[in-house]
Order: sequence, then C-alpha cells, then structure tokens
Amino acid sequence: MDHVISASGLTKKYGQTTALDGLDLEVARGEVHGFLGPNGAGKTTTIRILLGLIKADGGTARLFDGDPWSDATELHRRLAYVPGDVTLWSNLTGGEVIDLLGRLRGGLDLAKKEQLLERFDLDPTKKGRTYSKGNRQKVALVAALAADVELLILDEPTAGLDPLMEAEFRLCIEEDRRNGRTVLLASHILAEVEALCDRISIVRAGRIVESGTMADLRHLTRTTISAEIERDGSCLTGLPGVHNLVARNLNSSWYKVDLEVDSDQIGEILSKVAALGVRSLISQPPTLEELFMRHYREDAPE
Amino acid sequence: MRSLVGTRQLVRFVLRRERLRLAIWVAVLALVPVGTASAFMELYPSEVERERLAATVAANPAIVSFLGPVYGSDVGALTAWRVGTIGSLLIGLMAVLTVIRNTREEEETGRRELLGSTVLGRHASLTAALLVAGGAGIATGGLIAAGLIGVGLPASGAVAFGVGFAAAALVFATAAGVAAQLTEGAGAAREIAVGYVGFSFLLRVAGDGGEATGIGWLSWLSPIGWFTRLRPFASERWPVIVLFLGLALVLGGGSYRLSSGRDVAAGVIAPRPGPAAAASWLRSPLALGWRLHRPSFIGWSAGLVVVGVVYGSVADGIGDMLEESPQLAKIFEQLGGAAGITDAFFATAMGILALIATAYAIRSVLRLRIEEESLRAEPVLATATPRLRWVRSHLVYAVVGPVVMLALAGAVSGATYGAIAGDVVAQTQKVIGAALIQIPAVWVVVGVSTVLFGVFPRLTSASWGVLVTCLLLGQLGQILQFPQWSLNLSPFSHIPRLPSADLDVVAVFVLTATALVMTAVGLRGFQRRDLMS
Repeated sequence: MDHVISASGLTKKYGQTTALDGLDLEVARGEVHGFLGPNGAGKTTTIRILLGLIKADGGTARLFDGDPWSDATELHRRLAYVPGDVTLWSNLTGGEVIDLLGRLRGGLDLAKKEQLLERFDLDPTKKGRTYSKGNRQKVALVAALAADVELLILDEPTAGLDPLMEAEFRLCIEEDRRNGRTVLLASHILAEVEALCDRISIVRAGRIVESGTMADLRHLTRTTISAEIERDGSCLTGLPGVHNLVARNLNSSWYKVDLEVDSDQIGEILSKVAALGVRSLISQPPTLEELFMRHYREDAPE
Repeated sequence: MRSLVGTRQLVRFVLRRERLRLAIWVAVLALVPVGTASAFMELYPSEVERERLAATVAANPAIVSFLGPVYGSDVGALTAWRVGTIGSLLIGLMAVLTVIRNTREEEETGRRELLGSTVLGRHASLTAALLVAGGAGIATGGLIAAGLIGVGLPASGAVAFGVGFAAAALVFATAAGVAAQLTEGAGAAREIAVGYVGFSFLLRVAGDGGEATGIGWLSWLSPIGWFTRLRPFASERWPVIVLFLGLALVLGGGSYRLSSGRDVAAGVIAPRPGPAAAASWLRSPLALGWRLHRPSFIGWSAGLVVVGVVYGSVADGIGDMLEESPQLAKIFEQLGGAAGITDAFFATAMGILALIATAYAIRSVLRLRIEEESLRAEPVLATATPRLRWVRSHLVYAVVGPVVMLALAGAVSGATYGAIAGDVVAQTQKVIGAALIQIPAVWVVVGVSTVLFGVFPRLTSASWGVLVTCLLLGQLGQILQFPQWSLNLSPFSHIPRLPSADLDVVAVFVLTATALVMTAVGLRGFQRRDLMS
C-alpha cells in the first residue's frame, strides 16, 4: 500500500521522561487516520517529529518519500498543519494570518477560504490578541483546510470549538476524504474519531497499543447483550467469549441475562442464547470508547 | 478595601516568581555604589587628589552632561556623581520591568484571569506588583545606605543616597503602573514605560549639558535629575524628596483610576479591527518579520534620533564654554582644544548610542526565542520555510537595524551640531563615522546572543547580562581601575574613538570576524536542535 506516513520504532526522551517509546505509525494515502490517546501520550511529540520540528532519538520516519528532518522544507509544501495550541501574532488580523500561512505553503484556494470563513463564522478583521481560543483554532483550521495540499496534520483541532463548529469541521473532513486528501487527526475525542476515521491508532505512553480499521478494532471489542429469556441464563457462564454475566430470575418462566461477548464469538453465543427462548433482546455494538477505556483502565500506566 | 482582597497572597506569589531576578538586580544595584565608594577611597586617598578630580570633572561640560554635575570632592559626593544617574536609570528599569511583567503581561497571557476567578480584588495584582517593585527599591536603598555607612561615609549622605534610589524606583514603578493600563499588549506597555525612563535620563542629559545655554531647568523635570539635585553628601537638599513622592502619588493614583475604568485584559487604548486579507507583499518570512518588527524598529530609531539631537545640541554648548573661558580652554588645550573636546564628546556620545542600539539588537535576537517559546514559530516552520530563512527574517533587525539607527542618529547629531557651529557637511560626516565605527562591537554582542539562542536556547535572555556587563565595564572600569584583561572583555573597549583617534583597521576586522564566527555557530546550532517551547 502507498503510505504517506510511515514511522517505526520512534523514540524520544526529554531528560528523564520518555515521550516516545518505540512508536510505529502508518498512514495510507487517502485515508483519514485517527491518532487517539489522552494528553501526554505522545501524539504531539510524534507530530513534531513528522514535521521536522524536533528530531527523534531513534527509529525511522518517512513522510511521503522523504525524511521529515532533512527534507522538511520540500515536504511542507505538500501538507498543512493545525497545532493543538494556536497562538497568533497580536498585531496581525486573522485574515492576514490565513493568507500569509497559505502563501508560505505555496498556495491558497481563495474561493475555498471565503467559503470556509463563512462556514466557520469567523471574522477575519480582528487582531490576533482579541480572538478567543476557539476562534484562534478556527483561524488555523481555515488556513489549513483552504490550502491546496495532499496531507492535513491536525492536532486536536476541535478542542476549543463549540458543537456547531465541530459538526462543520466533520463535514469539511468528510469532503476532504471524498477528494482523496490524507488526514492525520490526533484527538482524544472518541466520538469524533469514530465518526470520521477509516483507520485508528491508539497511543499509550509513547507506544501504539492498537491499530487498525474500525472493523478490525471492533473484533477486539465486546458486544453487550441484554436478553429476557424463558430459561435460566446462568448456564452460559464460562463459555468461551462470555464475560461479566449476570443472570436473574424475574419469575418462574421469565429470566433476564446481561453479558458481554467477544466480537468474534458473537454468532456462537447468540445461538446459545436463542436456544434459551428469547422474549426480547437488546444488543449494543462495541464502541471505541469501550476499547479505549479498557486499554487505559486495565493496564493503567505505572 | 474589597478591591485589595488577596493582595497579600499575590505579593507572596510575585516574590516567588521574581526571587532570582530581583535578587540579582538588588545585589548589583547595591554593590555598585558601595564598591565605587570603597574604590574611590582606595584610589584617591588624599583630599588633594579628589579635589583635582572633582575640579576636572566640574570643568568638563561633556562629563557633566553624561553623568550630571559634581557637588563636592569627598568620597561620598564623588560616588553619588559617578553612579547616581546610571544607578537611577537602572533601578528605574528594574521597577518598570517588574511591574509590567506582573501586571499587563499576566493579563495578556490570560494567567491573570485564572487567578482573578479565585478570591482576588480588582486592584490586587496592580497593588502587589507596585509593592514588590517598590519594596525592591526600598531594599536596594536600605542596603546602599547601610553599605555606605559601613565603609565609613557620613550617615546623612548615605541615607539621602539610599532614599533617592528608593524614591526613583517608586516613581518609575508607578509610571509603569499607568503604562500597564494603557495597552493590551505587554510589549507596548513595556516600551512606553522603558521609554519614560529613557526620556527622564535624556531630559537630565540635555539639562545638565545645557546649563550654560539656559536650559538647565530641564533637569528639574526628570526624576533622574532629582536624584542629582538631592545632593547626597553635599549638604543634602531633603525637600527634593517631595518631588519624588508627589509624582509617585499622582502616577499611582492615576494607575488605580485607569484600572477601575477598564475590563480585565482590555486596555484603555482599544485595538481597532484590521484588514480582512493580507496585503500582497505579505508573502514571505521576511515580510512577516517586517510586520512584527516595524513598530519597535521605528520607535527605537526615533528614540535614537532624539538622543542624537540632544547630544548634538549639547555639544555646541561645550565648545562655547571653552571659548568664553580662557582658563578652561587652557586645561583642554592638551586634549586638542575646543575641537578636541567636542570630538571626544562625540566619541563618548556615540558609544552611548551604540549601547542603546545594542539593546535593540538583543531584543531582536530575543524575538526569535519569544516566537519559538510562544509556539508562533511552529506554524511558520511547518510551511515551506527553511529554518535559516525564518531566523534571517528576525536576525536582520539585529544585524542591520543598529547600522541604520546609528547612521541616522549620528547624522542628525552631527547635523544638529554642524548647523549651530556652521559646518553641517563636515560635522555630519565626522559624527556618522564615529557612530558607525561602533557597529562591529554591536555585532559581537549579537553574535553572543545568537550563540545562546542556537546552542543554549533556555539561556537566551542572559544576553541582557552581556549588555549590562559591557555597560558597567565601560562606565566604571577605568575610574575604578579594573585590570586591563577584564576591560578587554567588552567589545566596545576595542572600538577606536573616532573622530579624534585613528581608525584601527585590525580591531575592526577582528571584531567583525568574531561576530561572524559566533553568528555562524549560533545558526548551525539552531539548525541542528529541537524546537523548544
């Protein structure tokens, strides 16, 4: 597969703290890739290495067909970046910053810029200092989205946006996906990643702990089933793939069972449940949140 | 008193933040007068020697213009003359920088809001900043008074000296309190306040230098002039203290009034909206650099031009005095007569202008670090902008800025003097030369600053220490007879004193080469290092 970003074994230390501890990341051309992890997991450090702003202590990273450190300038023509912390120059207006950053990248789609200003409801005549956090974020977003580039690197781009603007942002990324743009979206907002991303990498303590498509990851998760049945559900206890089973007796011919099932065993277990005479059944699909929480709860960092 | 709730905690917080910085300031400001006094005792032990020194100084209008009048010949009076004006300038800077950093800068960065949402009165942060800055001034004054008494000087003079310094700190702290209310940006507020300190110094230069031409009253408009007029160790004139306190009261009251009438984070001067799209020339890092540096470049240039005009007009009075007094003329004959002393005056004046231009240059190098630290460098470097081109867009102001400023200031200074003396072209050329010859030394400091930025980024602001060292070595090194090797540390000591001295091509070449090598090391360092916020 054609990879826009491929990094393997990246390490980075700041004094005593290890920011990256052998991180691998692959982003294929044309995909929206979710880079998921809580604050301090190493997302921003990875992005800074990919942008050639800092140098990795170990491992290799390729961006397009170049080295992010030594070929930085040429590579940067092909990407746009939205930092997590947007600070603007106090005496430049938002509009000036958008134009300037676009020109420094080598081109800006002016029609798209106007359209984005409209969509994000951003006043481009205000001076940098007078923007709120959300509006500073919008300035950087408009500058990046209006750029004529192959790759977008976004570091928690919706952190300061209100729900309306967040929805607008999702629409923009959907459009970009259809236009074949590659997007690396670092985030800790699970719903956003789940809604937008083709593939996801979950980072924890400087390492990727899970990576794959939503479908792949769903296989690693559990479906929650809650059923009302005619016979006692406790016979399901201990079957392969069954977890946290709670069986109750409502009356002589009415039982209730709640259980979690590994996604790859779902067919097997469901037929066993069906054999108990189903009166009603509620099944909740696995969510990313569940997977995420499991990684972070079950083996919390030391 | 509600508006002051939380001041006590905030004072503790400010002290915690400023402890190292203030400790260095207070120590240096207290050590310099006490050290100077004991050096005078050692170097000029006899009354006869001191009288001769005082007489030469008093007769030399150039020196009076630079350092203020000398009112006596005992050690105390000589010390007050030698370090009084420079010291009041420096303590003013300490007060101003401390106040702005803990008021407007806190608001601009939003940290004030974080604190403001806790139990904190509206005036608490202004009050805390004024208390700390004023307190540091009083501590400095107290240490100086104790130290001067300790080395055996009369108590009343020592107390007057200390009180004068403390009072100057108070006045400039309250002036900074006003400046902090005016603008939204800490940078602009700092420039207004530092500009006021510089302007006070300049008023005194003009007044003391123009005593003969009838503009001596200008010194009475300047808090730095008041220190001199307090006359420590020369039958002190205590009522002058009232001037200090009166102005501090007015400025302090003004700052509280302005602070009551505005919102947190807003300034009295409201920002206006700007263009919705960038001008077509705003398309390169260099153009961005110009947008960012333009206000301060123009401001500093204008400031240097004003200083140049003042020195140029003072220079004429110096020549006049010599013509009027055959006795004085005789003393200076060995220095080359009236022309000789005017030339020497310009050499010193341009040296002072060069130090101011160096301050601007350091500020411009530091801007790189500020851009990096505030994360504004990141989006630019994430575009197709090579690191060197980004550095260049700021460094050009440190390298070329002082050349432009010194050429301008030298030209107007020479032209002002030439217009009065009736020889515009020749004087202008001469003084431009005296100004531009300083450039290699300015560049050496830029080189040091660039090395710090490129190789030891977290220490970049130590560049100010380099400037202060050059200032102290130049001002006090000779009279306190520091060893030659230590004087040689300042690049400015190697600059030929044009127009009177010969052009020392080797020195100019060596300084320029040193600056070049250091800048190259700094740039290489930056190309290889991580960006650090």
